[in-house]
Amino acid sequence: MPETTFLDSTELVLNMGPQHPSTHGVLRVILKLDGEKVIGTECVIGYLHRGVEKIGENRTYQQFAPYVDRMDYVAAVSNGLGYCLAVEKLLNIEAPPRAQVTRVILTELNRIASHLLWLGTHALDIGAITPVFYCFREREEVLKIFENYCGARLTTHAFRVGGLQYELYDGFEQQVKAFCDMFLPKVDEYEELLTNNRIWVARLKGVGILTGDECKEFGVTGPVLRAAGVKWDLRKAQPYSGYEQYDFDVPTGENGDTYDRYIVRMQEMRQSVRIIRQAVDRIPAGPIGKTPKVIKPATGEVYVSIEAPKGELGYFVVSDNSTQPYRMRVRPPSFVNLQALDRMVRGGLVADVVAIIGTLDIVLGEVDR
Amino acid sequence: MQTILQSPLFIPLAVTIVIIAVFPLVAGYLTLVERKVLADFQVRLGPMRVGPHGLLQPIADALKLMLKEDIIPTDADQWIFWMAPVISTFTALTSFAVLPFSQLLYVADVNVGILVIMAMSAVGILGIILGGWASNSHYPLLGALRSAAQLVSYEVALSFALLSGLMVAGTLSMQGIIKAQLSHGVWFAFSNYGFMLVPFVVYLISATAETNRAPFDLPEAESELVAGFHTEYSGFRWALYFLAEYANMFVASSVAVTLFWGGWLRPFPSVAWLDPINYVLPFLLFFGSGAGSFLLVKRLPDPLQQKVLILVALLLILSGLVFLVPQVNHAVIGLFWFLLKVAVIIYLLVWFRGTFPRFRYDQLMNIGWKYMIPIGMAAVLVNALLGMT
Repeated sequence: MPETTFLDSTELVLNMGPQHPSTHGVLRVILKLDGEKVIGTECVIGYLHRGVEKIGENRTYQQFAPYVDRMDYVAAVSNGLGYCLAVEKLLNIEAPPRAQVTRVILTELNRIASHLLWLGTHALDIGAITPVFYCFREREEVLKIFENYCGARLTTHAFRVGGLQYELYDGFEQQVKAFCDMFLPKVDEYEELLTNNRIWVARLKGVGILTGDECKEFGVTGPVLRAAGVKWDLRKAQPYSGYEQYDFDVPTGENGDTYDRYIVRMQEMRQSVRIIRQAVDRIPAGPIGKTPKVIKPATGEVYVSIEAPKGELGYFVVSDNSTQPYRMRVRPPSFVNLQALDRMVRGGLVADVVAIIGTLDIVLGEVDR
Repeated sequence: MQTILQSPLFIPLAVTIVIIAVFPLVAGYLTLVERKVLADFQVRLGPMRVGPHGLLQPIADALKLMLKEDIIPTDADQWIFWMAPVISTFTALTSFAVLPFSQLLYVADVNVGILVIMAMSAVGILGIILGGWASNSHYPLLGALRSAAQLVSYEVALSFALLSGLMVAGTLSMQGIIKAQLSHGVWFAFSNYGFMLVPFVVYLISATAETNRAPFDLPEAESELVAGFHTEYSGFRWALYFLAEYANMFVASSVAVTLFWGGWLRPFPSVAWLDPINYVLPFLLFFGSGAGSFLLVKRLPDPLQQKVLILVALLLILSGLVFLVPQVNHAVIGLFWFLLKVAVIIYLLVWFRGTFPRFRYDQLMNIGWKYMIPIGMAAVLVNALLGMT
């Protein structure tokens, strides 16, 4: 053991969170610092653990549906869609076309809302304090549509197993179309503020690089994976809810750095608008689906995953031929993506940690479940 | 009474007392302005509850801060923790001693005026470093270290920028600099064929860094270091830091105004036929904002707030009218121009904050050493050559 001298620098252990303005909830990151340089991190999670999966085993299939909204509360509609699809697959039923198109519209709107929240908070983390207000302004319009549709804004519980609970309200199409028309110029507006802003570029380019192979090793999905150049989007790869009928692109990046992830998400918002526009024009008439009174699937297990705003959201449901699932397991994109944090921030600066947490777009409700 | 009024110490002492008494209020209203301007950028209203359009918000804030419990962390170095905000505030307010508010209103016109300000702003950072160190906590420590590095980097660039201006002025005295601009007949920002704008820009960027304002607000980077060096501070001690920050902002803007934008001189100081601008502009400004406030009265729901706003509007109109009286106008017009220009620069700083993301630590250093200092040096050289002709 070498003798330590006065000149040796010691590493500083900085406890970031769980109460910290930019750990997006209650993430706790223990940083080992050498000056401003990060030499290691350790994530401590579980501050928001509510045992959602265990709750699922003690509720009937219908009762559990509202719980999934509380995982990724920023994208509650996507969570609901994934759950409904999983139980429907277990029951071997399918929602009627009208319900499917409506689901697509609402899920894509939710993707926009989720990305808007990400953009606002990410910019806030980088120090741009203005875009967050613009983002919330537009997000509000999405939430208004949700509110008109199902009465709730955040934890919507919009879908039911087998279809929808509510018929579309009058003027839904017009409101969604008006939103699309209003929204696209606003995306340009955000890009005008940030995309070519020299400070923004300097803060994001080359920060938190995660290559495609690394993404695959970690199981990272969603925009983070696509920014690394891997064209993997479950809406294209294994279409659900009739996504194969829509014409849209899967934006990808090249370098897998924070800037590419920013660009990919901005493009995704545009693509979502594209999908919504196609879907609104083709909402078929017909039933919206009927929820079975008693859900009692035959013994078996299913894994159904969808492309949530943050990545692959999967539900693994085991049924023992009772009204309650035998096992409920959720594959949350935030949780899996968070694994990559250590790899991404090592060697970076403290400011990069904040940028990278922001760019991973985690929601602690989903990480901890 | 006569002897008191005619004593050479009367004006300096009076101005000192007024500054110490009034500046906290001014700083409070600067925060209100900042919040309102930012709110305007961010499609929201800003403070609206305390007083009409939040006009009494700063007073409420100050009261709240004063009434708060003074918390000193157990492990903190008590004495240094006590002293640090005092050092910051003290140095920031000391700089006011040499600010030339107008031809008559100033505390002292020392022949090294600008050096005093430089020295004080350098010592002021000591308050930040000590505060961060004494808190005995990691976030403040990192904030303090950042501010130390930032100070060293940008002090140099700042000095070069000032040097360009001082060469043209040929004096270090603040009043002397303004008088030099009067005799040159042009604000220094436009002298040397406009090349003086380069040092002004260097100065503005460096001063933003010196005063820890966005996009260089790393010592108190909210999203990274919670609140940076003053994370552990609360209540009145925190308010002192706050006061110091706004005082520094005011001083930095004042130096820019004095050195580059003619201090208390009106636009085109040498063009005699433009003299009426001394009457017209302040009148239009105050009268206009007073009249504008009247239009807003009806929209306020609360009758008490309506009355307060009417009072404010009347005061504004009155001050507009006062500027039409030649004797009064002569006495206060210098102050008007000075504060107007300072306000413009402060608006610019708030604008920066609303627009730019924050730099990273290493980028900040790069800009300081690789761009600001070389540009500052080049500006000194170019302006020296141009000044010889």
